[in-house]
Amino acid sequence: MATVAQNTATLAHVEEHEHHEPHSFWRKYIFSEDHKTIAKQYLISGIFWSVVGISLSVMFRLQLGFPDMKLSFLRPILGSWIDETGKLDPDFYLALVTMHGTIMVFFVLTAGLSGTFSNFLIPLQVGARDMASGFLNMLSYWFFFLASVVMFVSLFFETGPAAGGWVVYPPLSALPQAHKGSEAGMTYWLVSMALFIVSQLLGGINYITTVINLRTRGMSFSKLPLTVWAFFLTAVLGLISFPVLLSAALLLIFDRSFGTSFYLSEIFIGGEALPNVGGSPILFQHLFWFLGHPEVYIVLLPALGMTSEIIATNARKPIFGYRAMIASMMGIAFLAFIVWAHHMFVTGMNPFLGSIFMFLTLIIAVPSAVKAFNYITTLWRGNIRFTPAMLFSIGLVSFFISGGLTGLILGNSALDIQLHDTYFVVAHFHLVMGAASAFGLLAGVYHWFPKMFGRMMNDKLGYIHFWLTFIGIYLVFFPMHYIGIAGFPRRYYAFTSYDFTKHIFSDMNSFISVAAIFTFAAQWIFVWNFVYSIFKGRKAPQNPWKSNTLEWTAPINPGHGNWPGEIPAVYRWPYDYSKPGAKDDFIPQNVPYSQTPESNLPHENELIPLEKEIEAQNLNDQFKQPH
Amino acid sequence: MVYIIALLSVIFLGLAALVVSRMAAVVKNVNGPVDEERIGLSNRINGALFLIFLVFGLVGVVWSFAHASNYFLPEASSPHGRRTDFLFWLSMGIITVAFFITNALLFVFSFRYQYRPGRKASYYPENHKLELIWTVIPAIVMALLVFTGWRAWRDIMSEAPADAQVVELVGKQFNWIARYPGVDDNKLGAYNYKLIDNNNDTGIDFSDPASFDDFTSTTELHIPVNKPVLLKIRARDVLHSVFIPHMRVKMDAVPGMPTRFWFIADKTTDQMRNELGNQDFGYEIACTEVCGRGHFSMRIRLIVEDEESWKKWCAEQKPLLTSYPEYASRIPENLKAKAAKYLPAVETATPSDSTTASTQQGGGVSVATTSLR
Repeated sequence: MATVAQNTATLAHVEEHEHHEPHSFWRKYIFSEDHKTIAKQYLISGIFWSVVGISLSVMFRLQLGFPDMKLSFLRPILGSWIDETGKLDPDFYLALVTMHGTIMVFFVLTAGLSGTFSNFLIPLQVGARDMASGFLNMLSYWFFFLASVVMFVSLFFETGPAAGGWVVYPPLSALPQAHKGSEAGMTYWLVSMALFIVSQLLGGINYITTVINLRTRGMSFSKLPLTVWAFFLTAVLGLISFPVLLSAALLLIFDRSFGTSFYLSEIFIGGEALPNVGGSPILFQHLFWFLGHPEVYIVLLPALGMTSEIIATNARKPIFGYRAMIASMMGIAFLAFIVWAHHMFVTGMNPFLGSIFMFLTLIIAVPSAVKAFNYITTLWRGNIRFTPAMLFSIGLVSFFISGGLTGLILGNSALDIQLHDTYFVVAHFHLVMGAASAFGLLAGVYHWFPKMFGRMMNDKLGYIHFWLTFIGIYLVFFPMHYIGIAGFPRRYYAFTSYDFTKHIFSDMNSFISVAAIFTFAAQWIFVWNFVYSIFKGRKAPQNPWKSNTLEWTAPINPGHGNWPGEIPAVYRWPYDYSKPGAKDDFIPQNVPYSQTPESNLPHENELIPLEKEIEAQNLNDQFKQPH
Repeated sequence: MVYIIALLSVIFLGLAALVVSRMAAVVKNVNGPVDEERIGLSNRINGALFLIFLVFGLVGVVWSFAHASNYFLPEASSPHGRRTDFLFWLSMGIITVAFFITNALLFVFSFRYQYRPGRKASYYPENHKLELIWTVIPAIVMALLVFTGWRAWRDIMSEAPADAQVVELVGKQFNWIARYPGVDDNKLGAYNYKLIDNNNDTGIDFSDPASFDDFTSTTELHIPVNKPVLLKIRARDVLHSVFIPHMRVKMDAVPGMPTRFWFIADKTTDQMRNELGNQDFGYEIACTEVCGRGHFSMRIRLIVEDEESWKKWCAEQKPLLTSYPEYASRIPENLKAKAAKYLPAVETATPSDSTTASTQQGGGVSVATTSLR
């Protein structure tokens, strides 16, 4: 009786809520505090940045694949970076490489992926009205927006944007006289990254708080969907590692502008000896990679989390080894912090340290292998529906395996001597972190589009998009291994200066470039599908994929507060697919065991008496807080 | 050309699949309920495509590997290089097996267990034994690889043997400068970055007597064959990285922090020329740490020769002090006598008039430089 009374009270309250806060256009779509709107803002920003980032890569692929090509047709965009003879300027080539890396890693795969889906899915999947702090969440997006503006502006400087590689190692990045890309572009890069880090920290704190504090009744950590686990661990990683990058960036700003010598020592440049002594460029590398390596997992874990969810849903099978998946994600998250120096085997770091980091690095392969095997076993004896999201998830697993395996070679310091900073590395990380995470992002968009926009994306276009992209990415990055094994160093403007690179693989490089352009072209199918479906897509049903998680119990277009009335309680784990005895092949998390006696396992029957307790709980429903 | 054709065929494959699926949808629509059909045919096509992708992918991988393998790991010319090459191919073998098995399982399962109306997936949430197996097996394989790799790494990075020939390699934008310890004392002199100028481009400190016979070269690095060579590496301006592909040598050059790498070159340039049947072959040193505009062309040739001719070549080189006697002014009084040997006779008499000294010495280049000064 009490519950009913409470329910009506809440309903009344909700209505009241909606009445007394009519949002203006600005508050609703621009400076919104609603997690769903902020997620969409992140998504659209991410798509914009990915177009920019991939376009840059196409430009430098033209240079690498067709070194003799006249690039005059790019002059309307690049202006004087194309000289009279139609050649790309070598300084700008480095700027392209640098900005491609920065944009793809931070603005697309960190903000676009984690920002979109952590924001969108955490409250909906844990059963919360919104993020713990809507205001901080809004700030997080607008800091990101500011960072984006600063970075975007820097692309148009006369001296070009930052150009020392996405790792911006000093002294190159610290000395404006060393490089055009170390002038104003570098300053803006650092300012932009500082803003970006603030945005990540605000977001991360929010994700962590929401997962810990705002889970609905019955949603214990052992019932959390793997997506939420992944977002949670990602946020923890970001919260610990991003401040270190901030300190690295601050010290670099000091070295650049205030004459300090944190990273500078014994430098003679531009005809003069600089007064700086005592600094160490290696210090920067340690600080950078202390973020840089966890960053790889910040990018990858959310993709893996979403994939777990999508694969289980569409294979109509429980994810194999739910607890092992969580344990391996925790293992990866922990190990991510103690492997950073494997990026520095040949920097002159003490070789003993190199040995230690080799051991630690190869340990991380074990939880990764467990994850891959678990995905494959989840498919085994499933009843697989190939939705576009499922295709991209399977593609992700393939990339994760193919790219991850070469990590065994690069993590081995003795083998890294030859392969360090060659195209082998480029191939490795583009597959395992770039393409895999991008596929996670795309899978997520296809899967949760109905929840985001209340409409379906076109399946057929999704299939075509998948196959062209999947094939295209393998065609781009697989041959890069070969070029790397032949010893081709990365970040080279041309391969004409050396006998060992001069006359070989020019056809392979052309092929890679063609494949890259082809893959880029295929992405417009997605963009078109995305934009078209927002307005004209087929109306989404309540639960289009017959999925178990809570977001599908919310209205098709969830309003402010996500659920009208009471937030559903949770009684079971999210992976009760194809349970023997059940009449349907899925049982959503909010269905109590007492309603499914036909399919309950013995230990689950024992949980039935606890349901009353779960229902009686009142955890953190913001709409019930007095205010 | 082959690639373009392959690419085109892939595109057409995609388009064909599209047309087929569209056509099938139209045909099916006539008699089937729309919703069921949606899962039906497209699903079968996608499942089949995974199988086709697997087959074509395998063929493509094997073919392209064979095609590209001519250029893999250019012939190693150092013992440690052959050791890491072996480990590389060993690891490569292991991961290739894992690559084929796991990808094949992934795609075959996708095809085999695609949706069938009326079938129910197995409820198979966990199996601790399986989990244990695929935790332990990778762990054992990994331990094996780590152990072999670690031993190689330890040996490669060990202290250089006492009799190693020391050569210094200095990186700057955008070339390498080799500095040799000189034929008389075979010891590198001290340096100081504040002493760098146009002629003394490695900042040799002439107050150290060991530096009197040091000489430099910006075009070639000569090393003796079959003798440990210790490269002392440093950078003048920004990070660089010494990369000698044929020697399997790579080490960053860091301003303010000298680094080192020792190795044995066991094939002379001539031997390699004969072995490869390429009379134009030459060892090269590249830069693999981005250092600015000219990063891609920091080439210096590496010449490996037998010790005899190496010594002869060294003896022919002029110490920097001989080429630029004006640096004699930096030599402390008590060492002037020791340095006299490297200076033209007149130099000691009239140290202030360096122009005359150079002219008498007869070095065309240094005349030009000194008179410019």
